[in-house]
Amino acid sequence: MYKTAKEKLPAVLDAISRYFSLYLPVDYEDGAVFEAYSYGKTLSSKVNTVKSPKEYFFPQTETLVNFKVDGKSLSIIDPRRESEDFVIFGMRACDVKSLAILDRVFLSDPIDTYYENRRRHGIIVSMACSKPAATCFCTTFGIDPSEPDGDAILYLDKDTLYLNIKTEKGAKLLTPLQGIIVDCEQNEVDTQKNLIRERLKKLPLSSLQTTTFSSGKTDDFFSSEVWETLSDTCLGCGSCTYVCPTCHCYDIKDFKTADGIRRFRCWDSCMFSDFTQMSHGNPRTKQSERFRQRFMHKLVYYPTNHDGIFSCVGCGRCLKSCPINMNIVKVMKALGGEGNGKQ
Amino acid sequence: MVNSKDSLIPCLGIVTDIRVDTPDVKTFRVVASDGRKPFDHMPGQCAMLSIPGVGEAIFSITSSPTNTAYMEFSIKKCGCLTEWLHMIEVGQMITVRGPYGRPFPVDSAFLGKDLLFIAGGIGLAPLRSVINYCRHYRKRYGSIDIVYGARTPSDLVDYQEIVEEWSKDDGIRIHLTVDREAPEWTGHVGFVPDYVKSLHFDTNKTAVICGPPIMIKYTLQGLCELGFDKKQVYTTMELRMKCGIGKCGRCNIGSKYVCKDGPVFRCDELEELPDEY
Ligand code: SF4
Ligand code: FES
Repeated sequence: MYKTAKEKLPAVLDAISRYFSLYLPVDYEDGAVFEAYSYGKTLSSKVNTVKSPKEYFFPQTETLVNFKVDGKSLSIIDPRRESEDFVIFGMRACDVKSLAILDRVFLSDPIDTYYENRRRHGIIVSMACSKPAATCFCTTFGIDPSEPDGDAILYLDKDTLYLNIKTEKGAKLLTPLQGIIVDCEQNEVDTQKNLIRERLKKLPLSSLQTTTFSSGKTDDFFSSEVWETLSDTCLGCGSCTYVCPTCHCYDIKDFKTADGIRRFRCWDSCMFSDFTQMSHGNPRTKQSERFRQRFMHKLVYYPTNHDGIFSCVGCGRCLKSCPINMNIVKVMKALGGEGNGKQ
Repeated sequence: MVNSKDSLIPCLGIVTDIRVDTPDVKTFRVVASDGRKPFDHMPGQCAMLSIPGVGEAIFSITSSPTNTAYMEFSIKKCGCLTEWLHMIEVGQMITVRGPYGRPFPVDSAFLGKDLLFIAGGIGLAPLRSVINYCRHYRKRYGSIDIVYGARTPSDLVDYQEIVEEWSKDDGIRIHLTVDREAPEWTGHVGFVPDYVKSLHFDTNKTAVICGPPIMIKYTLQGLCELGFDKKQVYTTMELRMKCGIGKCGRCNIGSKYVCKDGPVFRCDELEELPDEY
């Protein structure tokens, strides 16, 4: 464990940015966003950013391959380059956990080399949540925001900044931070951890439960009547998907450039009406069916394939971004995960 | 890392032959740019083909793995990419990647069994691969029955191969049918599911059904009425696909991904999936 005075935070950011590309959440009027650091930018304390930082590993759009066309003949240009080490600073526990969920998809055989490359080079500095938001329910999924995963954990209290280096990758920060941080005892953050845990217990969604959603429950939930009612006003806008840190569906499309063809992939949503559209029909014609797919995947299908791990981290983003005020909490409650939650 | 392969990066293929099968089906012969077969596969597996700039889609590999010289794809004109494919000429370069999916259990469950192949229309494409594989390793399997139907005689894919090669093999019986009477047609007339029922097959056979969803449904029903168990019947499923490797989420049904857990399913496995295909 290392520490320095909290007022040294700008110096810490600046020092890291001299060695690595650095990304951090920055406040804007309509919410915080992750973006590249430049001198003078300060770390947002908001829980949470509007969009998750998954895009640093799985960008919203990225080139997969380029083609050159010459009459009937064709050549392939591989656009992949080894990434350089970069730092995501101030990632919350939920977002860090979401990467483990994406890893199981993209790093399973056959490995997605685009994602793997960034994952291998991304150094994650997570940040303990001293003030969890009312929309947070990460504890429902067994996440501990007082001790997030990551290559290093940042704790900020009234006057001190603590940095707990957890991995070899995290230790790469020690060089830039030499002379700024000093050694300290692990237990110096204990009070803050306890405080966080106390606050978590009092959150409005703290009693939301996953016990009803164990794996292999496809039949029980698939034919439930709640889907029609819950999805009644769903616009199929996909906002929930785009802000979600665990959604990983993508589309592959070609685009004609001045000197060839670019094949790119981009985020896609199972909430969109043409997601499963084929030339000879569509297996999900109704919005209620698409709505059901999204939540069944998170609460039943993904856990069935991945040792009971849910594909939700309780970040609460969909609670804030859905125009009709629908979200996974309401879905879970309707399916019997009520607990004593108030919302 | 730049040298490591990624499943999403295709390899180049050259179309070396185009055969017109029916008014809307053509069979394309494809080799890699070095003139060899692009990659090995097993019967029932699929490949992603693309014309860059137009799009990419998944097709079943219709040639048998025992054909080591090239790959073949029988493709029906039914959308943007397939329209384009039907317009290309021999010598055109395309891209190909794969193989994808779980094949027919030709080296396990099918061994020693009497086989019954049932196809409708373009549904013969994936079956041609397994039929030719079984013909090649003829001794490994029992008798082979093939029921094949299409709307009209001219919609029967691979008609020449069926008549000139398959029907001449020992222990292979061919049962062709068309939906409606046609002037030059002297064979059976009627829909595949009804025809299958009327043929009263022995229920010890292992059956494979491939064709439009509605045909699969009624044929399976028919087989069950004859006394077949769903565990004896296999089929292949078609869904929209993008990645082919279980990551893009497109072909997800229940906890399965058709691109990697299918496209071949045993009919009792299908029952465990939610009903949305
Ligand atoms: S649940 Fe809400 S955010 Fe998601 S698609 Fe429907 S309307 Fe849009
Ligand atoms: S096609 Fe992408 S998951 Fe199956």
